Formats: sequence, C-alpha cells, structure tokens
Amino acid sequence: MTTRFVGAVSIGWLVAALGACTPKQTTAATQPRPAASPATQTTPRDTTRPAPGNGAVSAPNADPFPSTYTVPTSRSTLIRDVTILTAAGPTIRNGSVLLRDGKIAAVGATVAAPGDAEVIDGRGKYLTPGIIDDHSHLGVYAAPGGDALSDGNELTNPVTANVWAEHSVWPQDPQFPRALGSGVTTAQILPGSGNLIGGRSVVLKMVPSATVQGMKFPGAKYGLKMACGENPKRVYANRGPSTRMGNVAGYRAAWIQAEAYRRRWDKWNADHQGDPPQRDLGLETLAEVLRGNILVHNHCYRADEMAQMIDISKEFGYKIRSFHHGVEAYKIADRLAKEGISASLWSDWGGFKMEAMDGVRANLAMVSAAGARAIVHSDDPSGMQRLNQDAAKAMAAGEQIGIHTTEDQAIKWLTINPAWALGLDDRIGSIEVGKNADIVLWSADPFSVYARVDRVWIDGAPAFDRANPASWWRTDFELGNVPLPTGGAK
Amino acid sequence: MKPGTGNDRLVTRGTGWEPGTVLRWTVTLIAAATVGCLSTTPARAQTVAITGGKVYPVSGPPIENGTVLVRDGKIVAVGANVAVPNGATRIDATGKWVTPGLINALTGLGVTEIGAVPNTVDRTARGDSGISASFPVWEGINPASTMFPPARNEGITSVVVVPTGGLIAGQAALIDLVPGTVTDMINKAPVAMVAQFGDARSGGSNARGEQYERLKELIEDTRAYARRKAEFDRAQTRQFAARRSDLEALIPVAEGRLPLMVNADRASDIEAVLRLAREVNIKVMIAGGAESWEVADKLAAANVPAIVGSMGNIPESFAALGERQETPALLQRARAKVVLIANGSGGEELFNVRNLKYDAGVAVAYGLAWDDALRAITLTPAEVFGVANRVGSLQPGRDANIVVWSGDPFEFATRVEHVLIRGREVIQPSRQDELMQRYKTYPPAYRKP
Repeated sequence: MTTRFVGAVSIGWLVAALGACTPKQTTAATQPRPAASPATQTTPRDTTRPAPGNGAVSAPNADPFPSTYTVPTSRSTLIRDVTILTAAGPTIRNGSVLLRDGKIAAVGATVAAPGDAEVIDGRGKYLTPGIIDDHSHLGVYAAPGGDALSDGNELTNPVTANVWAEHSVWPQDPQFPRALGSGVTTAQILPGSGNLIGGRSVVLKMVPSATVQGMKFPGAKYGLKMACGENPKRVYANRGPSTRMGNVAGYRAAWIQAEAYRRRWDKWNADHQGDPPQRDLGLETLAEVLRGNILVHNHCYRADEMAQMIDISKEFGYKIRSFHHGVEAYKIADRLAKEGISASLWSDWGGFKMEAMDGVRANLAMVSAAGARAIVHSDDPSGMQRLNQDAAKAMAAGEQIGIHTTEDQAIKWLTINPAWALGLDDRIGSIEVGKNADIVLWSADPFSVYARVDRVWIDGAPAFDRANPASWWRTDFELGNVPLPTGGAK
Repeated sequence: MKPGTGNDRLVTRGTGWEPGTVLRWTVTLIAAATVGCLSTTPARAQTVAITGGKVYPVSGPPIENGTVLVRDGKIVAVGANVAVPNGATRIDATGKWVTPGLINALTGLGVTEIGAVPNTVDRTARGDSGISASFPVWEGINPASTMFPPARNEGITSVVVVPTGGLIAGQAALIDLVPGTVTDMINKAPVAMVAQFGDARSGGSNARGEQYERLKELIEDTRAYARRKAEFDRAQTRQFAARRSDLEALIPVAEGRLPLMVNADRASDIEAVLRLAREVNIKVMIAGGAESWEVADKLAAANVPAIVGSMGNIPESFAALGERQETPALLQRARAKVVLIANGSGGEELFNVRNLKYDAGVAVAYGLAWDDALRAITLTPAEVFGVANRVGSLQPGRDANIVVWSGDPFEFATRVEHVLIRGREVIQPSRQDELMQRYKTYPPAYRKP
C-alpha cells in the first residue's frame, strides 16, 4: 500500500476571498444560456481592445469538449411476448416494445411490427430500461490498475473543482464492455473522494470509442463531486483539513469565493463592460453549480454530516442532487424526501470504516418507503455489473422489517431515479414512447440471482448479444492480453 | 489501493504487507503444533427434529419430505422415514429447504472489525522478511465481533480465517460461528499454511523466480531443521532461511500433513506452484485462482483444490487478465475440486461473508450445476480442510450445523428461518437488525416519549 500525502501546496482556497458575501437566495438569477462567442456580441464594448478569445471567457453552459457521439442507424426491432418492467408504471406481461430510429416507438400488450423490423421472441424473459449507474470510476481507475492508470483523485489540493473527470477517462478501459454486458447503458464517471471538492463528473454511454468525446452523453449536465468525512481529513491530515470541522470550513470558503466569482462574471457576461474578469476553472465550475447548471453529487456516509451539507447548500443557494454512499440515509430518509434529495446507495457494503459502520441492508427500501428517491449505485466495477442483485438484496431485507417493495418500485432504483439524479429523466430511465431506446433483455427476472443479460440496445442499436461472442465489444487493451471468455481450458 | 483515493469500496480492501500492523502475537514454542479439534461446546442434552423439508444432505441425493434428527448437538438420523422420538423439539420445515450450514473458506472474520481502524485488524503479522509461518491468526479472533451475527444469521456456520501479507502469511483456522470463546469456536487449527505467489511482490521478493526459490529453500531448511534440532539448539548448524519459530511451524507442511494454501492468479503462477509442490513434495491448494480455469486439467490431475469466486471478470491486474465467471464451472467440468468463496464484493470480511450463497447462485448462472454449487460451499471445503468428519454434510455423526431456508438458498428473496450450530439455534439480532428496527418508522422509536 502506498499512501499519498500531499506536500506543501497552495492553501489559497482556505484563506482567500474572505470578503463579505450575502447568501444567494435563488438560483434563478442567471438562466442557462448558450455560450455565445464574445466576438458576435452586439452588446456595447470598448472597441479599442481586441475581443477576448473564448478561452478567456467564463460562460455559463460552455461546452469546450463537446460530445461527438451520434445515434447509429439501426434496423427497427420488436421484442415481443416479454415481461416489461417499465419504470413508469405497472409491469406489462406478455407485452411488446418497438425500437425505431433510436427511440422507443411503441409499448404495449400488442404492438404491430413494421415489415422491416427484427422480431425477437421474449418468452420467459424480462425487458427493462438500460441500467444507469450514477457512481462509477470506470476509465479514471481503469483496469488493469496500477499507478499508471490511477487517474481519479487529484490529491494535490483539498479543493480541485478545476479538474474534469473526462480528462482522465481511458476509453480502452476493459471495464466498460463488462458494464455494458451486465445491462449498464449510462454511467456517471466521478472523480474520487479524497478531496472536499473533487471536480467535474462526466456522463458516458457504454459505447466503444477511441475518444472520451465519443462516449459522452450528448447534452448531459455535468456533476460536481463533493466528499464529506473521513477521506479528505485523512488525505490532508498533515496540512489540513484534518478534522470534520476543517472540512466544513473548506466547503464554505470555496462557496464564498464561488459566489463572488459568479457575480463578477454574470455582470460581465450581461454588460461586457471593461476587461473581463480573470477566468478560473475551479470557480467557474462552482459558479455553474450556483447557477443550477451543474448538479451536486455529494459523497457522505453519516446522517449528521448529510444534514450539515444540506445546511451549507442552503447557506449558499445550491441544491444537492444526490448523496452518495449514504449508509445512514435511512436515519434521515424523511428529511431527504422533504428536501428532494436522492440517495445513491449500496445494499450491503458497509462496515469497512468508522463512518460506514451503520450500513444496513434495507437502506434502499427504507429510504424509498419514506418517499425519497432511492438509487442503487456501485462505486465499483464489479458491483456495477450486479446493481440488479443489489436491489434484490435490499428488497429482501426490507421484507424482513415489514417494508414491501414491488419490482415496479425497485426497477426505478436502477433506472429512472438515477436518470433523475443525472438530469436525464426526460430522455432515459424508463420504457415509454419517445424515450431513448436504451433497453436490456434479461434471461429471467432481473431480481433473481440466476438472471443474465441476454441483449442490450443503446439508442435502438444492438450493443450486446450474449449469444454472439464475435460481436462483443473488446477494448484495444484486451487484444492479445485478455482471452475471450469462451471455451474451456487451454 | 491508496487510502483516500478513488473507489471508496476498494480503499480498505487491499490486504498487502502492512509493516505498521501492530505486533500482538506471541511466538511460543508450540505455536506450530496442530491444535485440531480443540473443543466442542457442550450441547444441552436435547433432541431436535426438523421435519417435512426438502433435505439436501450433500453427501447423498436430496430427500423430499425428509427429517433430520439431532441429539446432543449431533445429527443422529437423516431420511424420509425417520421416527421422531417423544419429547423432541420439532421444527416444521414443510415447504422449506434444509441444507448443511455453509462454509466460507476465505475470510478475515473475527480478526477484522473495521478495516480502516488498524487497532481492530489482526490479520497480518509483521513477521521476519516476509515469513510469518508461526503466526496463529486465530489467537486474535474476537468472538464478540459484531461481524459474526450477520454471517451466521444468513446461514454461514463455519469460516476459514485466513491471514494475509508476506510470502508466508501464517496459519489459517477453521472456526464454527458458535457463540462462545475462541476455544469454543475453533473447529480445527491450523487447517492450512498461507502463502502468496506471483504479483504480490511480497516479503522482500521482487520476482517470481525469487519467490519460487525462497519457498523451496524454506521447505528444504525446515526439513534440515527438523532433522537437526538438537544441533540447532547448540548453534551447530548453518543459518537457516527462517526464524526457528517459523521453521517449527512449517514442519507439518514439509511433512505433507498441512497444505500450503497459495494465493496465485496467473495461469503460469499456478503451474509454478504445482511444479514446486512436486519438486519439494508438499500438499498445496490454490486460492484466488483468477486464471485457474486455464489450467483446470492440471489442477485436477494433481488433485489440487481451487478456492475461487464466481463474480470476477475484470482483468484487474496483469496476473488476472483471464479471470472469468465461468471459472467454477470449467474447473468442475475438468473434475478439479472447487471451493467457492465470496470474493465478489468484499466478501472476505466484514458484513459480506454472508454473501457466499449469492456467489454460488452466480456460479450456477455461469454454468455450474446447482448441486455442485451447494457442494462447493459445504462438503468440498470441509473435505479440503480436513473437517468433513465434523461439518459440511447432513449425515449421522456429523455436527448439527443446519440451515432451514424458506426456499432456494441462493435466491435473494429466500429467508433464513433457522440456523443450528452444533444443535443450537444461533440466530440473534445483529447490530444492523437493531438499527433497522430503530429507524424503520419516523421519528424513530427511541425519540418517542
């Protein structure tokens, strides 16, 4: 084991920007708008100076690394006589789903197949929306591991809001196709939890590409990773924060700076008067949170710390979209429901550190029963392949204490609820007409231990077919390194 | 993995050589002595009849509507036509499934309370240049560990407690999860000497060939030491490759009485271990075995058991590039001995030793026959670790380690209804159960007047 304690680096995040700042009451002050090129602005400006290049301007919703993913053309597909867990309503038995032009074109008891459609017999099988994992480190902690591929935690400063996970993602991580083969179609890749503020996440489709841009979910919002508790205070024990109160002081100092930055730039972007303020990548990300353009994903185990993070979010006028790990979410599930904060949870991972001691297997069921959005997340490339099993364990644990969860509820933990956490619930996460055709065909009830993923479609295009190993996505890394998992002993 | 980095689930999973581990064990002259069958908890003189269930003895075919009769902690009869004596306590298992208690063969249970709190972790000895052969991991077991109830409440009745770290990590023990003292719990200790080979870069070795030579030298020096103890005591021997206590502990290995359980993943590493076993004539077993399926026929031919999981399919290291979920099925097909462990999501320790049954279910999904999967978590580990005369099957004379399930033990929706260890019901609320009860309504009951 190696421990990476950082040396002396700037502590500017702690001491800077102590100027007065009124808590922001609303995030509606600046509406999201396209990143306009200053050169095309007609707003009055001092024309004696050259216009700043885009790179000097801190614009809301800027997209400097745009997705290059395009929906592949594919044949229409009808899956019929299948049990459909829609995540939008009751289970449809012996139903059919039509995928056409990348979208779900029809869902129901009987759906007419167009003449050119591939027809798949789903008898005895189950159909679900594509599984969505809102907590993954694929690509940033790629297999086969080691220092060379350890790119998920920028442990050089407790606040690294300036880093973007996508700049660490290795598209050839062999964990991507394994996630796909287990039904995951969309994943949020987060920076690690060693920092108070770890940086931007990126939402990826589980599709092969030579570049991360080719995997990026078009139009998905960014997330911001924040972390409570033991990790930051352990990593920065020698330079601070070394305590939980130090952690909280660190978050607050960062938001104070961010609010001032947001005001400066919102003003300049509105009037273009004078020199633009200096652009700062970290504060820009935080300002985008304050504008509501980036969603906060907060690693936090303990109930008491979650409550404090909620207070901090109110102090500075931002929303927490989801608490991640939240092993004690069940202790404040009523509060989470009231605040509209989702909880991204494991069923039974816990106990490995002090702040994880109180993990209980019914956490998801208890949070769900209290009316909060429960989400099964993984934070693990192996667990990511069995999110459905994690849900099943939580359902069973709930039964033991008298909380009954139907499959129609539990499927939401895996699909529409994480879609909401990513701000994508209008596009993915349920089997409804008009949604992206991200679909998984299971060999059996996905809440059975014996179920395997038979087929996966992303945007209506075949992405995985267990019966056809030759079609499986193999990353460049795997060629020559990893034998195809077929056949027996050499 | 690095503390505080990345994947939080992995932060405390690494179990490499940790020089900072508190040196708590005491080297004694008898450290290496086999303590087998140290004790049994005196069971109350009572008779229990589990009736009407679908009984899986594992040692024989399933019995519909069967009865398991238990007296004084032992199984006395199993069958479809067993007379239930008057006065017997009856457990109605109609519609239920009855199996032997499950055995998780690779855990840190009882010697790891909270992974990230070092003072509660007693799984890794400091040793001497990577050699900790004399380390009796069971002396650090805490029977009051809160990690025991979650495991036994879900049907795990025995575990192997396995030390980690170094080239020779120490000696493993098989314990029954019966409430009581360490002495009460120990079924057999040691059951294996634990070693690492390959990627570990452990114990001062920096290359696989060096590890091979060190292991070979250790066995040869152990034999020399065993022959020349008197001269050794008079300092009339050359210097041996290990401390006296470690040489002493290795004697049963050198004599072929105690297997060397070698953590090895790469196919060529496993082959190297098989070569070593032949060259120095010792018994080995392979643990981890990511690529063991590639050498399944060789393992079968050498009668070397493989202790493997069913959930790994990620090329997590250059030694595990070929890991796949069909491994148990492929080993079984080659007629190698398969012991299934819960290495899917941290099942070695803490809460999830209980998840062994799900690893078995996943193994079935990936091609292992259901009966073989049950055997791989009951009778096969019992055989491999030399305790099949006590546990692992439902036969007259065996300890009454029995689980009654509401249905298929491998399914998530199945409930555990009864767990007997040595004839005693052992289900009791875990910390987690108490927390769930406390918080299942809002405000929680403890806040109400």
